Amino acid sequence: MKARHKRLGFLLVGLVVLGAASWLVFNALGNNLSYFFSPTEVAENKVPADHVFRLGGLVQPGSVERGEELTVRFEVTDNAHTVKVAYTGILPDLFKEGQGVIAQGRMGPDGVFVADEVLAKHDENYMSPEVADALEKGHQKGIADMAKGNKPL
Amino acid sequence: MSGRLSLYRFSSPAAFYPLAGTIGKIAALIAVVLLAIGLYMSFFVAPTDYKQGEGYRIIFIHVPSAWMSMFIYLVMAFWAGIGLVFNTRLSSMMAQALAPTGAIMTFIALWTGAFWGKPMWGAWWVWDARLTSELILFFLYIGFIALQGSIDDTRRADRAGAVLLLVGVVNIPIIYFSVKWWNTLHQGATVSVTEGSSMGTIMLQTMLIMTFAFWAYSIAVAMYRVRSIILEREKDTRWVSELPEVRR
Repeated sequence: MKARHKRLGFLLVGLVVLGAASWLVFNALGNNLSYFFSPTEVAENKVPADHVFRLGGLVQPGSVERGEELTVRFEVTDNAHTVKVAYTGILPDLFKEGQGVIAQGRMGPDGVFVADEVLAKHDENYMSPEVADALEKGHQKGIADMAKGNKPL
Repeated sequence: MSGRLSLYRFSSPAAFYPLAGTIGKIAALIAVVLLAIGLYMSFFVAPTDYKQGEGYRIIFIHVPSAWMSMFIYLVMAFWAGIGLVFNTRLSSMMAQALAPTGAIMTFIALWTGAFWGKPMWGAWWVWDARLTSELILFFLYIGFIALQGSIDDTRRADRAGAVLLLVGVVNIPIIYFSVKWWNTLHQGATVSVTEGSSMGTIMLQTMLIMTFAFWAYSIAVAMYRVRSIILEREKDTRWVSELPEVRR
């Protein structure tokens, strides 16, 4: 066995051990590295009580109510459960019904999530408005109102 | 036997020095041409996005630089491993030559990401898994450069740097799969080997041209940098003193 074979062996064993160790660590951390909780996790009481956390999901179409002085009420859904959210402040441009959002805040005693920050989450799809329009026409109604704001430019 | 020899010939710095110059020149030319085409397509040919409007165009810089930041790290780790096992001088020089480019690519990815995040998400920065692991990658590059620069004995510096690089490899799959493993604000992968792409054809072509441009740029600057490193490390040898550009 030459010296360089020995070094190669050490290197490979080292990498395998390192990989296994990090796999174990991340397995143990599990969901703690997630940036937000879903409405289902809220419904199952998996979220920290009396503590700030982030809630993520889609804005329920038809649920957005604009109150006075920048107060907005809407519902966040993951199509299984829904959470009511109240927020006062400026919303990001991409905020729209049917669009993904992440709200940071805490659960109020009345079951309404009081957010002090709302971020928009977009998906990984990119296409021209024409293509989006054609897709939308294929879908027709139901979610047709989502395309309203997106006239071909 | 002769085939083997000709391939190994270039692991000698003296033989690689002129070759690196040629590769560097060709790669620089390709980079300029592809960048010109890619940037023109980014601004004028690729269509507007249905949701994000014109703002999405930063993707043509953001994604190629983010890919390069991860890929360059893997290449560096590969050379570091080779250098550690076979004690070849040139492989450690290659790792050293790539480091600043990798750091710059990571910085560009983070910076353009912030510029993109503010109008679209509503935040310059969030501590989600994708963004945080990419920031750690930036620190790994900086740490490697600092560690290697702080040790005077080049052999020891190379070995220390190589160990750091190899340990840091764990971070690369974490960056890549972070959007899959955990809930993140950052969206999932648009282009993936297993699932194809979910963007318009012209957008994808533009992004790939920009990616090749970044590749060519990285190869070019790494080649020019490795030439400087070779000259610096081999300055006491006869072949360097006989170079026409040194004798002048």
